[in-house]
Amino acid sequence: MPQDTLKVPELSLIILIGSTGAGKSTFARRLFKPTEIVSSDACRGLVADDENDQSASKDAFELLHYLVAKRLKRGLLTVVDATNVQEEGRKPLVALARQYHVLPVAIVLDVPDAVAQERNAQRPDRRHLGRHVIASHRQQLRRSLRNLKQEGFRHIHHLRNVGEIDAIQSITRDRLYNNRQEETGPFDIIGDVHGCYEELRALLEKLGYQITEEPITDVRDLGVRDLGVRVVAPLVAQPSTSPPDPLSKKEGAPVLLLTDSTTEESPSRTGALSFLERGSGGEVAPGEPLRRKAIFLGDLVDRGPASPQVLRLVMSMVRDGSALCVPGNHDIKLLRHLNGKNVTVNHGLAETLAQLEPEPEAFKSEVRRFLDGLVSHYVLDGGKLVVAHAGLTEEMQGRGSGAVRAFALFGESTGEIDEFGLPVRYEWAREYRGRAMVAFGHTPVPEAEWLNNTIDLDTGCVFGGRLTALRYPERELVAVPAAQVYSEPVRPLNYRALQAQAQHELAAENAPGTTAQHENDDLLDIRDVTGKQFIETRLMRGVTIREDNAVAALEVMSRFALHPKWLLYLPPTMSPTETSALPDLLEHPAEAFDYYKRLGVERVVCEEKHMGSRVVVVLGRDEAAIQRRLGLVGEGIGKVYTRTGRNFFTDAALETAFLARLRDALSTAGFWEKFDTDWVCLDAELLPWSAKAQELVKTQYAAVAAAALAALPQVEAALTEATARQLDGAEALLARTTARHQAAAHYADAYRRYCWPVHSLDDLKLAPFHLLATEGRTYFDRDHAWHMETLRTLALADPSLLRATPYRVVPLTNPAEVEAAIQWWTDLTAAGGEGMVVKPYDFIPQGKGGLLQPALKCRGREYLRIIYGPDYLLPGHLDRLRQRNVKAKRNLALREFALGVEGLERFVAGQPLRRVHQCVFGVLALESEAVDPRL
Amino acid sequence: MLLTISTTYQPATDLGYLLHKNPARLQSIEVAGGQAHVFYPEATAERCTAALLLDLDPIGLVRGRGGASGEGFALEQYVNDRPYVASSFLSAALSKAFGTAMNGTCKDKPGLPAQALPLAVKVAVVSAPGPDWPSRLFEPLGYEVDIETTPLDPTVPEWGDSRYYTLHLRHTGLRLQDVLTHLYVLLPVLDNDKHYYIGEHEAEKLLHRGGDWLPQHPERGFITRRYLRYLAAYVNPTLERLMEGEVSSVDSASPRMDEVESGSAEPVQQQVAESNDAMRGLAESTLQPKTSLHDQRLQQVAHEIYQLSPKRVLDLGCGEGKLLRLLLRQPKIEYILGMDVSHQALARAAQRLHLDEMPPRQRTRLDLIQGSLLYRDERLAGFDAAALVEVIEHLDPNRLAALEAVVFGQARPAHVFVTTPNADYNQLFEKLNAGEFRHDDHRFEWSRAEFAAWATAVAERHGYQVRLVGMGEEVAGVGAPSQMAVFMKKDA
Repeated sequence: MPQDTLKVPELSLIILIGSTGAGKSTFARRLFKPTEIVSSDACRGLVADDENDQSASKDAFELLHYLVAKRLKRGLLTVVDATNVQEEGRKPLVALARQYHVLPVAIVLDVPDAVAQERNAQRPDRRHLGRHVIASHRQQLRRSLRNLKQEGFRHIHHLRNVGEIDAIQSITRDRLYNNRQEETGPFDIIGDVHGCYEELRALLEKLGYQITEEPITDVRDLGVRDLGVRVVAPLVAQPSTSPPDPLSKKEGAPVLLLTDSTTEESPSRTGALSFLERGSGGEVAPGEPLRRKAIFLGDLVDRGPASPQVLRLVMSMVRDGSALCVPGNHDIKLLRHLNGKNVTVNHGLAETLAQLEPEPEAFKSEVRRFLDGLVSHYVLDGGKLVVAHAGLTEEMQGRGSGAVRAFALFGESTGEIDEFGLPVRYEWAREYRGRAMVAFGHTPVPEAEWLNNTIDLDTGCVFGGRLTALRYPERELVAVPAAQVYSEPVRPLNYRALQAQAQHELAAENAPGTTAQHENDDLLDIRDVTGKQFIETRLMRGVTIREDNAVAALEVMSRFALHPKWLLYLPPTMSPTETSALPDLLEHPAEAFDYYKRLGVERVVCEEKHMGSRVVVVLGRDEAAIQRRLGLVGEGIGKVYTRTGRNFFTDAALETAFLARLRDALSTAGFWEKFDTDWVCLDAELLPWSAKAQELVKTQYAAVAAAALAALPQVEAALTEATARQLDGAEALLARTTARHQAAAHYADAYRRYCWPVHSLDDLKLAPFHLLATEGRTYFDRDHAWHMETLRTLALADPSLLRATPYRVVPLTNPAEVEAAIQWWTDLTAAGGEGMVVKPYDFIPQGKGGLLQPALKCRGREYLRIIYGPDYLLPGHLDRLRQRNVKAKRNLALREFALGVEGLERFVAGQPLRRVHQCVFGVLALESEAVDPRL
Repeated sequence: MLLTISTTYQPATDLGYLLHKNPARLQSIEVAGGQAHVFYPEATAERCTAALLLDLDPIGLVRGRGGASGEGFALEQYVNDRPYVASSFLSAALSKAFGTAMNGTCKDKPGLPAQALPLAVKVAVVSAPGPDWPSRLFEPLGYEVDIETTPLDPTVPEWGDSRYYTLHLRHTGLRLQDVLTHLYVLLPVLDNDKHYYIGEHEAEKLLHRGGDWLPQHPERGFITRRYLRYLAAYVNPTLERLMEGEVSSVDSASPRMDEVESGSAEPVQQQVAESNDAMRGLAESTLQPKTSLHDQRLQQVAHEIYQLSPKRVLDLGCGEGKLLRLLLRQPKIEYILGMDVSHQALARAAQRLHLDEMPPRQRTRLDLIQGSLLYRDERLAGFDAAALVEVIEHLDPNRLAALEAVVFGQARPAHVFVTTPNADYNQLFEKLNAGEFRHDDHRFEWSRAEFAAWATAVAERHGYQVRLVGMGEEVAGVGAPSQMAVFMKKDA
């Protein structure tokens, strides 16, 4: 009985081969999704309006190849419906499959000429095709059959007659061996062992694995049933019920734990928790406790003292499901040797072979089976984690081809040979931009370091370094030192640092403290910021940055902003309240309270608004802290920058003095110790307004008042004369002019209030209102009362520099308190204050309908003259100004808020600069959106 | 904003006939931007004063601006001096309120317009670039000029005087028509601000008004240039909001060095000549046929580039495309990529090079892209030569490492030409004080030794050879005005 299903890999390029009339299209339609089929006839139709126009074939096939390439790039199974009977037609398709590391599959539909002829005869559009066409197709097909394997097809299904074709009822899609996305961990990923058995034992025990070595009872059976080592993986820590205290724990940043890590509470309990919720990934029987799983990154053997014992342990763990293992180049070389291939015995293989010599044949053949069964790499945890011995580029992850396997084993070399005679490796991780974290080994490094979400865990144990494990998803490193140097490296472990030192003596002096990531961050890529961008954020599903906004931001960022490494955060814009209906007012607190109450907020914090310049302060305890954390060398202990990322200060001496004084204030307040940090990021207002805006004040605000106060009295004089002449209408015009004169005087008073000369440091005041971040954490989880109190305490350390912001917490359900808050605003603004900012109690406010405005400003009547012009309260003006719409502004505020929070969280989590910069750039780009700037 | 015109011509109330406005009534007229009121504070046979009060509607001004350019103004568009200052709005109001008088017609007393009258004019207030400008503009036309100054802020005496003046003009005998015409043309010139209502045809009207007397006016260059600003003024509201008051990039893209170096307004006039054919005759009368230092520099760079017979050339920081134009003239260069960080500069380059009308083969030789030298950019790879003409000094010194990595580390053209001002030469510029830079946006200017040190280190780090060349006439002891480093890749 003919088979009724065909097996193909889940990601493959399926090439149908058959003469015209062989039934390829019917076959494809019957067994595949319509979108999976790319047909040459359809392409002909698209480029020529005629599916049979042979003159369009060249263009049609270009289109077909283009479509196939796009689908393969995106990892989609694709069926090519064309005759494909000639090698020259198949060749480009096989090349595409190779290019995208997809397996090519041939399905040959081999029907007799008569059948094909009869089918064509049924179709009016093909009736004209001569017999000879089918015959020659068939002849070519026959010739092709024997070459398909040589052409590179890994699976060939030859269906020899109509019966066999019709019998196929389904396509079985085999998953790729490397696809283990359902395994969510938690994992302990272990770097190159190279026969260092004692260190491996010590490391596993430190990770909480229990290892028992038992004498092997049945020597004859040994390789197969009993390897003499049993390993029990540690249970997954149960999530504790109390929420973690954010102050006591550093999250995100990798921590090297040289003490016993298992007693430490993992900082990312959320990771473990989600693992529990998601289930075990199918390998653990229901009811069994969840255990961690080890992953070996390959190179188990060679150079070290006990390769067979390492193999024994790893094979035992893999067999009972407590470990996964990917092959290393040394393992594969051993395999080739065991398979009888002629390999050069060098690079430590001799030691392994000597150690294997006394082992029984059964064990050796078990080793052979084990190594032979290893899969080049694994894609784990829903695609979030990839493990491969030498790493893997994003395009190759989850794909299968010879190139993928070779890369996973050997990486890629540049073709050059270094001074030690070793090939220079192409550092794929420098350019890695994939979503998945990649853990790899292969290249010994002195320290396991993060670079673009990849980490090299080969810390050269066999060369006297350490054996290192990465705990996933915790991102903690656990290591044990090598007991001794088992092998002298050809190239010293820290050769890069040595090289750098030799090349740039000067640079190397500064270099310690800056990491590979810092160095990598020195150069951002234009693709990350230009064009239309879509940025995923925690607070909003995604924020889109339009291309023309990015255009404006690129110029500002390039010409005026500080070095991007300083720019951790840009503050969001803030919307005013909805327009008040009260006479003589545009804004009033009642609208702010109503907004929050309506959306389910129970209490708000009202903060006095300082009329200064909004600044972000990034400050280190010392220059070393900035160098360590930001990778900026010789740029001082901090920066104060504006909403658009410019340096606030133009006077370097004043800047240095200001930052030193602020640092001293923080030291006096015991800030560094209290928050266990050596740097801080603050959101603040710097006063006076005139300090930064002096030119603006002079050229615009003062100028308008000067012009008005010079012109209007003369107009009044002329109208007074006209009134004396009793000209009709002169009196009304005079009254109006007098009102404008008074308005101009009020306006002058208003701007003058926010200006005072800055001669020295003593004239500057900093009013911080958000403590944004310190080492390892942000403070978006703290409410505004906490921020206010924390910063008030801080201000006490240097009251002449730091200004605490007066504030009050207002329960919106209490009318008396609400009334009192309104009165507070009325008093503040009557005394010339700018107004106040109303914030929901929680920093990240969620209400009915999702994220709420993080703050609303409510500005005073007099202050608004600076914004809306001296005359805005005049009859006829205010009514028109009330027709403003805050919707666009609010929409913008939300998106900028989400981006700002996202950027800082990425920074704190130690992500590459480009990921932080993307958010900061996004805020700047959004700021160029056309929104009424008076709002 | 108030304009008064007084006369002591007998009977003085004839002024009413001339202006075609009845001295006994206050009249209101709708004008561009608001309302104009005409009234007579005094109207006796001995002395008569007519007043034109312009009451601009600040809210209407903003709202009236529809269309794309009306969106998203920078804040200064809302709070500004327009309602108080004599500007082109006043010119528009003058021609509407006193159109007949300006044309020299008077139905009731046909002989009157030709009559020279003793006239006094007061404008409260004008905005002027300096206290001498009212005299420079009006005295050549025979007026006696007086100004009253206004402090910028009386509570801050150290800020000094504002740019606002009450202007008094007196003339012993002039036709009213001429006075109105002078005011019509010269008030907006003094003010020098944008008036969004003036279109091209209105500029031609202004020219028509000045045709009789402007060619003889000693300040004709200044006058011409200033009111053509209306045409050149191109506001990018998107960018302006981010600029925090910085000069817009069109200014910075055409280095103001020329102004410092030549001390003349010549490049602006070139722009004038190009931007409006109607003005050409007038502008050329003041144009000096002199090649600016910047043009010399570009020619030298272009010349050096041709010597290499490169196929693919990069102009990094191409600005408005002057070098691109020179390069395009060399048919052996197959492809030229111009990059600038300023989108506006690129738009102007496209316009000046007539990109849209280029024949297809020619068009494939040139592309313009927005980009930044601080970001790695794979579009810059594979070029034989790259020019960075007066670019590096616009970057903060701590960003030069990024530029170096992008250009010499990543793009790696076979040859790189970098020019920058020679700070040693600055002492020869009279207008520059010690330590001052030639352009507001320069973040540094290097001496020859500093530039050589940088260039040598860059070459060493990236496998290039470098030679240094002076640009412009060498002066003993200080070198040439500009300097160039020519880098050549060693394996090229």
